[in-house]
Order: sequence, then structure tokens, then C-alpha cells
Amino acid sequence: MSIDSGDTAWVLISAALVLFMTPGLAFFYGGMVRSRHVLAMLMQNIFAMGIISVLWSAIGYSLAFGGSGPIIGDFSHLFLGGLSDDGSAIPMMAFVAFQMMFAVITPALITGATADRLRFGSYAVLIAVWSILVYAPVARWVWNSEGWIYSMGALDFAGGAAIHINAGMAALAVVMVIGNRRGHGTEPMPPHNLPLTVLGTGILWFGWIGFNAGSALAANGIAAQAVVNTHLAAASGMLAWLLIEWRRAGHATTLGAASGAVAGLVAVTPCAGFIGGASPLAIGAIAGFVCYLALGIKAKFNLDDSLDVIAVHLVGGIVGTLLLGFVADTGINPDGADGLLFGGGIELLKDQAVAAGAVMVYSFALTWLIAFAISRTIGLRVDEQAERSGLDQSVHAESAYQA
Amino acid sequence: MKLVTAVIKPFKLDEVKDALKSLGVAGMTATEVRGFGRQGGHTETYRGAEYQIDFIPKVELQLVVDAEIVDQVVDAIQSSAATGQIGDGKIWVTEVERLVRIRTGEEGSEAI
Repeated sequence: MSIDSGDTAWVLISAALVLFMTPGLAFFYGGMVRSRHVLAMLMQNIFAMGIISVLWSAIGYSLAFGGSGPIIGDFSHLFLGGLSDDGSAIPMMAFVAFQMMFAVITPALITGATADRLRFGSYAVLIAVWSILVYAPVARWVWNSEGWIYSMGALDFAGGAAIHINAGMAALAVVMVIGNRRGHGTEPMPPHNLPLTVLGTGILWFGWIGFNAGSALAANGIAAQAVVNTHLAAASGMLAWLLIEWRRAGHATTLGAASGAVAGLVAVTPCAGFIGGASPLAIGAIAGFVCYLALGIKAKFNLDDSLDVIAVHLVGGIVGTLLLGFVADTGINPDGADGLLFGGGIELLKDQAVAAGAVMVYSFALTWLIAFAISRTIGLRVDEQAERSGLDQSVHAESAYQA
Repeated sequence: MKLVTAVIKPFKLDEVKDALKSLGVAGMTATEVRGFGRQGGHTETYRGAEYQIDFIPKVELQLVVDAEIVDQVVDAIQSSAATGQIGDGKIWVTEVERLVRIRTGEEGSEAI
């Protein structure tokens, strides 16, 4: 097959769309923290665009997609060397660009859990090591045709397991090591600027079109289906979250609308190119309900997952990964599989559960070790004075809002 | 000369300003402040978690006026800032010892 210009154009545009999601995430999170920590949150997110891009081109891509083997790649493509087109319809470099943006945003997701207390230098070390030791192998397992999860038959269209379960479980591990914010549970810590959060939600939603539909790696019917599925799951996720919020807390809130949309987007991510009909609506709605209910987990275990990375990304990722075992449909994508409700039996659901479980265990264990090692050497969190006065001034010597 | 200080509901600022201007008051200073009185604060809910917000936004208005019109000024603020709902705020009056217009150096009533 020769290079197809339409396919190539769509994948390159999708790379740009996915890149845009990281500043979107920065604003989504940044609005939710207190005003004296907002620059630190924005910084951690955009910094991922710097450090992870460099690392991904230097070594990460090669470990994820180089050589052969079910667990990890090799060093054959260090600094993106030795790449040649493999006969598919897009240039290898378009795939590299698209995957690089995924590698950037995944560790950035963790920052929502550790808001307002993580040392900047330690954060840099954490995501650098995490990207190589956790993200690259998991991406290998899930997306490379040699990877063991891929070969097993589990499906993950755009990263329910590789991105959201992976980052969500990492967030849990880091929170357990770093501890809660000072004043957590005794002082109110309401969001300081929800308009920023709504802006970030819009950017994420927009970018997610490229995230999911770009994962078709072609400008075809499956990409079009993924666009529709992605959008519908966000819409129904928003409605479900608002409904349960209104029934339980008495008001439909902008933060609820934003959170529900993101929960729907997370859950549809593994499914986007494998489902059709009413399935995206059901996945979004279930994610909206379940993720709202999962907000209670952190209080139950006294874990200061500050901006609910566990409830939205980990739980949303699990919901989507498992539901795909019910609603995958080869009528939509013949390269996929049929789920339980489409005559495929229990096989796919079992594979999905194994994929989710394996990523959970691996990500938690490795991330806990990395975070623990950092906390015992250079330290993971800032001192009390720095935390109380705000990371913007104490860590970055800046203020977001001048008096 | 008297200093009149009023803490009012923010959305009442324009009405109060217009009432004072129609009395011939030449200037005033408004500051965004936060506080609570008998009204107390309110609760806000974020992702299902309730927060008690004690300090709520108010506007503090300050103006220096001649002693002869101070009662008119206070009455004008009271009537224009009132909604009848709890949380309308307070007005108090204090003596001003000295007043200087920075540009010209004029003092006292001349400087108002």
C-alpha cells in the first residue's frame, strides 16, 4: 500500500488536536485549585510537553514500538533513528507524532491528584522515570502488534487502559506516598476559577476528537464513527452526572457538567472505534453515574486525590474498558471483536478484565516504587511554609493574579 | 468634615452612587471587600462536597463630606442600598481631623 494523503492529513491534524489537550487539561485542573497554586498546576502540565517530548523521541518511542517482543521494545529507534515506512497508508513519522502527544498527556493526568504540594524538581524526575518505566511498556503491551495484551485479543482503541487506567492508578500510588494536603478535611479548598475549568473542558472535548478518531490512523468510516461516539459519550456523560448531582445535591453545577463530560470521554476512549448505535450513549451515561458515585472513594480511605483523578480517570477507564467487553461490534469494525451483547460470548470481556487488571497492578506497583524512591532521596513534597504560602510564589517566584 | 463608610451589597453600588451624586457629592471610593454579619455566609457544593463560605463579597464605600450634609448622605445610602433582605450591610460616620487635596495642597472643606 502506498501513502494515502487523506489518511496522513487526518493523523497529522489529530496529533495537533491531541497536543492541544494538554494545555486544556492544565486549565481544567488549574481552575479547580486555589489561586495561590494555579501557576504551579499550569506549569506541571505544560512542562510535560517539554520533558516528555524530548524523552519520547530519545528513547520512549523505541521502547514502546521498536523491535519485537511482547513486553518491551528495544533501542533500535533511539532519537527516532532507523525508522522506515512499513507499507501502511501513513508515514511512520505521522504515527510517531501522534503517539508522542499521547505520551505527553498521560503523566500530566497525574498532577490532579497531587495538587498544591508536589515539589517541581521531584515532579520532573517522577514523570520522566514513569514515562520510560511505566508508560512505554504499557503502550507496548496494548498497542504494538507484538504486545501481549494486543496479541491476547483485548481491545483498547485510544487508551482506556494504556492511558486512563494507567495514569489513574499512578495517581493513587503517588497520593499514597505523598500524603494529603495540609488542612485537607479541615479547611475549605474550593475551586478558585471555574471559568478556567470550563474553558479547559471545551479544549479537552475538542482535542478528544483527534485523540479517539485519530486512533483509527486513517480518514475512513471508523474514524467518522469514532468522532460521533466520542461526542455522544461526552454529551450523555454530562447529562447523567448533572441528573444524579441535581437529585443528590440539589443543583446542576458547571463543575458537574464539565466533570460528567470528561467522565464520558474517558470511558468511550477504549471503545471509540469498536462500537456504534446507542452504545456510546449508554457508556457515557454509565460513566457519568459511576464516576459521580466514585467521588466518595477518596473520603472513605482518607486519600487526598485532590481533583478526583481516581474517580474520573481510573474508574472511568475501568468502566469503558469493561463495557467494551459487552458492546464491541464487528459490524462497526471488522478488525475488532464482538462483545457479550453482540454474540461474541464472554471471551472479550475476560480479555478486557485481564488487560485492565494487569495495567492496574503494574502501574500501581511501579509508580509506588518510583514515588517512594523519590520521597526517600530528594523528597516528594514541599515544606509546610512553601505549601501554606502557595507553590506559585514559593516554587516559581510568580503570582497568577496581581493585587 | 465627616468620613462616611458604608458596607453594601455589590449590586447596589450603582444605585447608591447615583443617589449620592444627585445630592451633589463630588467623589467617593469603592473597594471590594469580603465579610459577614448576622447574615452569615452560604454553602457552595463542588463535586458533591459542601463548603461553608463565611466571607461573602461586599463593597465598602468611603466618602468625606461636610458635616451639614452628613445626615442626608447617610439617609440616601440607607434608602438606596436597602433591599429589605438580611445582609444589606451597615453605615457608620467618623470625624475627620484633616483633609488635603494632593494636587493643590488645599485643606479642609476646600479639599472635599
